[in-house]
Amino acid sequence: MQPNQVQSSQEGHASIADIVGIVEQSAFQKLRTSQAFWVSVALFVLVVFMTMLEPSFGTAENATNITRNFAPIAIMGLGMTVVLITGGIDLSVGSVMGLVAIVAGVLLTAHYSWYVAFIAGLLAGIACGAFNGFFVAYIGMPSFVVTLGMLSVARSLAVVLSGNQMLYQFGPDAPIVKAIGQAKWPIHSPDGWVPNWIPQFSSHFWVMVVMALALGWVFIFTAWARHLFAIGGNETAARMTGVPVDKIKFQAYVFSSFCASIASLLLLGYSGSAINAVGTGYELRVIAGTVIGGASLMGGYGTAFGAVIGSAFLEVVRNALLMAGIDSNWQGAFVGIFIILAVLLGMGTSGRSLKSFFIIKRG
Amino acid sequence: MSLLSLQGIRKSFGAVDVLHGVDLKVDAGEVVGLVGDNGAGKSTLMKTITGIYRADSGSIHFDGKDILPLDPGQRRRLGIEMIYQDLSLAKQQDVAANIFLGREPVKKLFGVIPGFVDKAEMDRQAAKMIERLGAHLPSINRSVGSFSGGQQQTVAIARALTFNPKLVIMDEPTAALAVREVQSVLDLIRRLKSEGIAVILISHRLNDVLSVTDRIVVLRHGRADADLVTANTNMTEVVSRIVGGGDIGAAAAHEQRG
Repeated sequence: MQPNQVQSSQEGHASIADIVGIVEQSAFQKLRTSQAFWVSVALFVLVVFMTMLEPSFGTAENATNITRNFAPIAIMGLGMTVVLITGGIDLSVGSVMGLVAIVAGVLLTAHYSWYVAFIAGLLAGIACGAFNGFFVAYIGMPSFVVTLGMLSVARSLAVVLSGNQMLYQFGPDAPIVKAIGQAKWPIHSPDGWVPNWIPQFSSHFWVMVVMALALGWVFIFTAWARHLFAIGGNETAARMTGVPVDKIKFQAYVFSSFCASIASLLLLGYSGSAINAVGTGYELRVIAGTVIGGASLMGGYGTAFGAVIGSAFLEVVRNALLMAGIDSNWQGAFVGIFIILAVLLGMGTSGRSLKSFFIIKRG
Repeated sequence: MSLLSLQGIRKSFGAVDVLHGVDLKVDAGEVVGLVGDNGAGKSTLMKTITGIYRADSGSIHFDGKDILPLDPGQRRRLGIEMIYQDLSLAKQQDVAANIFLGREPVKKLFGVIPGFVDKAEMDRQAAKMIERLGAHLPSINRSVGSFSGGQQQTVAIARALTFNPKLVIMDEPTAALAVREVQSVLDLIRRLKSEGIAVILISHRLNDVLSVTDRIVVLRHGRADADLVTANTNMTEVVSRIVGGGDIGAAAAHEQRG
């Protein structure tokens, strides 16, 4: 029988364990080495601790606030994760948010339909991603340089298009736009079939859940994702085995900008206005969230769940600091410490650790 | 008609000419050794065959087809495989993922949406190929980066053989292996030959080359300087060709160092 033919029946097949002589890693072993798992544990501990310390922290209302606040960061984190997996970075996501909001806002103030405005905003964002992707994938420029350039270009375009004004008179479709950004579910109806202790999750949260599940599914089951991880793990190997490296890297940057565009449109609807400063500094929050969630800045590793849990962790820390009455200026210090700890944890699981710094060599 | 035929292959990188009109022929089931000093252009020549590099001029025909315009993926589908010196594995991925990288068996989700990997099929075929090679790996679901050099090479070899290649190019396959592992690679080459698969073997270990090849092509300064029938040559002649013509004294010294 030829090696690439498979018997239709299982009979006569040795099991994988028989051939390789070892039982595969158990689910628990895999979980134990997962950074996202440990961040989840830390998040759970923090939530329990803060609820005991400050009862108002554990309310449904606060849960609604936290989930609404971190969802746009997590949505962008999903796109950033894809880029980080390829071994790149996208510093332009915050500015892309600003441009998308302004493009949609300009059209809404000109009384275009909400869907025309949203599609135009999405296209503007995707165009930014295509620009990034083209120069990184096909021209071979460093992603840091290209996306840093786009950070300036997109923000500048947003300022010019808006005339440096806040846009808020959205015309006849304003209620629809607000409904998209401000919708909640489940609704605490008067007859009380949904108890008040269940949080009313925002549309941002549900969009994030759907996108994270979809991306998680893609990561596990598609050839595209395998190629994505291979590019980050060893781009030369991927190229040599016939993986369309340039095309996939291009798609990664387009997807990152698409995610930033979705987040921007949700925030546009929530605030009911478009300002060119929206998303300023978000790129660092997004990168922080994805790295804390376990994505590798060296490429080759990242998960959809990690992007979500890392972003959630950062928002819970921020919220906890406020509730504990700690000066909000300390937030940056905590975030910085967590990023460094996350990268250290990642080094430990990849076989390098602090131990190497403390080994005493014998003469 | 030859399985692989290269004529007048030239390749330069900027101002540096690496290949100066190389001609090479390989028949089905033939094992050809490609030898030469460092910088002779061996790896570059092989990468022009696999499509990693595009030849500046000349022609490459494989199985009667002009493959010069084809990319690496298309050339692999025609039956050209290469085991690279650095193995070119995606170290963070598992055995099956590496074996099928770029050629994953896919199925349609709900019979409609294409592009979904058939993981069970991949694992089954990967296991069969490893069984065929008689190899022992720590775990098929562990990242290959955690394997030893010999185990990683097993994965690279399995990847090359899974899709019934017609030509396998091996770039220094025995360079970093223990004696027992070297022997198994040489046995594998003999087995491939017996199955009618052509092999191009690049190696500095001339004993290995002499023990398994039918012909030895010496590459020197980017040219095919000699094409020797293995049965009619010896170590000294091969080395003298590598170091430059008839300098037997230099060849003997080179041989003793090697």
